[in-house]
Amino acid sequence: MSDWSRAELRARTPESATARTLHLTVDGWPGHLPGQHVDVRLTADDGYRAVRSYSLSAPADGDRIEISVQPAPHGEVSPYLAEDFPVGAGIEVKGPLGGWFVWKPGRPGPVLLVAGGSGIAPLAAMLRARLDLGDDGPPFHLAYSLRDPGQRWFGALLDGVAKAEDPAVTAACLYTRTAPPGHPRPVGRITAADLDLPGFAPADGALAFVCGPTAFVEKAAGLLVHLGHRPDRVRTERFG
Amino acid sequence: MRDGNALAGPLSDLFLPDPTTAWRLCPGCGTDAALAALHVYDQGPAAVARCPRCSEIAFRVARHPGQLWFDFGGGGALRFPTT
Repeated sequence: MSDWSRAELRARTPESATARTLHLTVDGWPGHLPGQHVDVRLTADDGYRAVRSYSLSAPADGDRIEISVQPAPHGEVSPYLAEDFPVGAGIEVKGPLGGWFVWKPGRPGPVLLVAGGSGIAPLAAMLRARLDLGDDGPPFHLAYSLRDPGQRWFGALLDGVAKAEDPAVTAACLYTRTAPPGHPRPVGRITAADLDLPGFAPADGALAFVCGPTAFVEKAAGLLVHLGHRPDRVRTERFG
Repeated sequence: MRDGNALAGPLSDLFLPDPTTAWRLCPGCGTDAALAALHVYDQGPAAVARCPRCSEIAFRVARHPGQLWFDFGGGGALRFPTT
């Protein structure tokens, strides 16, 4: 699908002090797979156009889609979307896009999600799609590297995972600078120990999805390959 | 820098199957990588996709008014999995 469609902003909800999830409706949206993204096009009054890619942070739900936006300092598009784009207004979207960084909910085999910062967005869609499968779904683990508790996106989703205490769906926050009091893991960057988990080894047929800034993706994907995961089973998406 | 996932939109005007799942055997260093795993530099007038290992240019995509350029430069090939 290569046409631009009009999307209308229905609501904007906070993920952190500055990041926002945009809840949009798109006429004729064909549905999407967890991990896919959309290209968003803004056209200024003078005709100037800017296109950016945003991951879809929720699974398919009729004509409703969600994208989650971290406003970049001095950014041209993201601060507008996160702060100024009015509810009820329209933007153009193209999608769903991408067939590589996707999890197909029918796929058997454990899935290891590795997020760095706002790289959590497409992985949140995968995690939600997994939760929708209930007891029938494969094991999932999310390793979420973030700076401090204030940067924890999708808090309700993560709290729900923790509260359910389902051994088949787990999530760990890897705080790099400041952790909440009593957090079991020492503060620090991601290590092999964060990814060397029973049930998610190469021999278990695990598929890994790594998303985040380039340096984080290089580090985490390198750790996974070092642990024995086949490079083509470590799917990466990087930005910035 | 981004990666080949970001090319799914621009290349959807050219390809019917999603091109980011195609594979490229790098003629420079022999690395076999999905197009989604290429490194993409798109701050300039064209998006330049490079081998993630040796940085050889795989191709360039440039959008000009009324024209879309897809430049393979020195060659290389994409192979699409079929079922």
